[in-house]
Amino acid sequence: MRASGGKSGVTPMLKNITIGQYFRGDSPIHRMDPRLKLILVIAYIVLLFVASGIVGMLLCLAAAVAFYLIARVPLKMIVKSLKPIIPIILFTAILNAFFVEGDVLFSWWIFTVSKQGVLFAIVMTLRLIALIAGSSLLTYTTSPIQLTDGLELLMSPLKKIHFPAHELAMMMTIALRFIPTLIEETGKIMNAQKARGADLETGGLMQRIKALVPILIPLFISAFRRADELAIAMECRCYHGGEGRTRMKKLTFHLVDLWGLLVMAALFVGILTAVHFIPPITF
Amino acid sequence: MAILSLQHVTYCYNPDQKDAFNAVDDVTLDIEQGEFIGLIGPTGSGKSTLVQHLNGLLAPTKGEVLFRGQNMAEDKKKLRELRFKVGLVFQYPEYQLFEETVYKDIAFGPGNMGLDEKEIDRRVRQAAQFVGLKESYLTSSPFELSGGQKRRVAIAGVIAMEPEVLILDEPTAGLDPHGRDKILSQIDAFHKNTGTTVVLVSHSMEDIARYADRVLVLQGGKVALFDYTKAVFGLSGKLKEMGLSIPEITAALLELKQRGVPVRTDLYTVEDTVAELARVWREKRGDAHA
Repeated sequence: MRASGGKSGVTPMLKNITIGQYFRGDSPIHRMDPRLKLILVIAYIVLLFVASGIVGMLLCLAAAVAFYLIARVPLKMIVKSLKPIIPIILFTAILNAFFVEGDVLFSWWIFTVSKQGVLFAIVMTLRLIALIAGSSLLTYTTSPIQLTDGLELLMSPLKKIHFPAHELAMMMTIALRFIPTLIEETGKIMNAQKARGADLETGGLMQRIKALVPILIPLFISAFRRADELAIAMECRCYHGGEGRTRMKKLTFHLVDLWGLLVMAALFVGILTAVHFIPPITF
Repeated sequence: MAILSLQHVTYCYNPDQKDAFNAVDDVTLDIEQGEFIGLIGPTGSGKSTLVQHLNGLLAPTKGEVLFRGQNMAEDKKKLRELRFKVGLVFQYPEYQLFEETVYKDIAFGPGNMGLDEKEIDRRVRQAAQFVGLKESYLTSSPFELSGGQKRRVAIAGVIAMEPEVLILDEPTAGLDPHGRDKILSQIDAFHKNTGTTVVLVSHSMEDIARYADRVLVLQGGKVALFDYTKAVFGLSGKLKEMGLSIPEITAALLELKQRGVPVRTDLYTVEDTVAELARVWREKRGDAHA
């Protein structure tokens, strides 16, 4: 399922959204149980924060790249998923470079850049890249349905304290399902208002915000209408929440999941030992 | 000079991806001022994509679109003005309504043109009249109206810009037969009263047959046929081959002919067919008497 490029002339601005984009495939990573994948991603994120230094980060990043290769997801998807957070990465890197104290590299007016600061900025940048790359792989290799199923099952122990795990998972499923629909709808409405001479591209900030009204109101109305229709359709099929609900596809652990677990464990041990023994990079 | 002219227009979706395909493929045609053009074609034949080129919402990947001889792509700043001259009513246009009152919604287009209040008022009232909306509706919220009335409001919103060309993309989709006939006859009356060039996209052969001067048949993004209505429906066999339905009345005539009744099969309106059947009937009776 590619979320992009609807038939209705979706504007380029809306085409670059990669949320919930899933690459169908049959790699070992695709076949893994979504519950385990979720746990492994969390483990990977923990590893990113436990491992320190440039070496550790590079090793983690290399592992992520290896996972992409195994999953046969094109590596350029890493770049694509990074695009929206480039400002955050730059902001963190610059802030770290300036505010970590240590041996002064150079200073100008009230700004000083230290050696430790630069090193820390590099580590933070690599960490963020690995973080996004790793967690994006989850959505690239797990269909939204599987993902929410996995989330629901992982959260189900919380049902004992009346946490609405099923309802949350259902809401997520529906939200993900309707992202492409609403993007297409937005494109249609924008075109319709443009055809009536709406000017969306020029003018100051206030004018542009005002120009959004003719788009947002129909969009909201149509979202509510769709929600209404969906609710009726679900009720017609006797949907009444999670209680007593059975599943068509039961999730079970397979051999591939054991391998996944072992690989992640090996990664933990390997990277942490490597970081311990390889001297940290300095200049 | 043709009011709208397409020169080798090709439009490609996802040009740099594996699933690239030409929704519109090398289309060349002229639309003359004051014509009523019917545009038909099977689902996915590129009708909606093609009409979005006519007011510059889509720019062709290859080729050019000319409005009164002027290439649309030449000056991007003029595109907005162009959209006032070529009014496009989308499919299910009622989903674009957003204002508090019907009046304000119809006034959105003319307001964007920068007209003064008096002129806007005249246009709103006239447009409402053209689509058969009572004055009393103008002050109500568009969201309180029925589906058919909402659609009238949306069509009025484009007509109020007083475009030189009015394009309607399936304006009757999802309406009951009564609502369909009413909207179409109002569009036809608008065309006759104002001399506006009209392009009507429709699935229904009956609608096209009844109102269009010329019929454009699209198939797979290409122009399959573009000729006077009579000539196009004379080729009912070819239309059937393309997977297009022919007007029911023409189908009935074809069936009669197959059963040995000597009728003409190039008719597509109920009136003409009644006359033709009466003729055949008289001739037959004449034979019997002789």
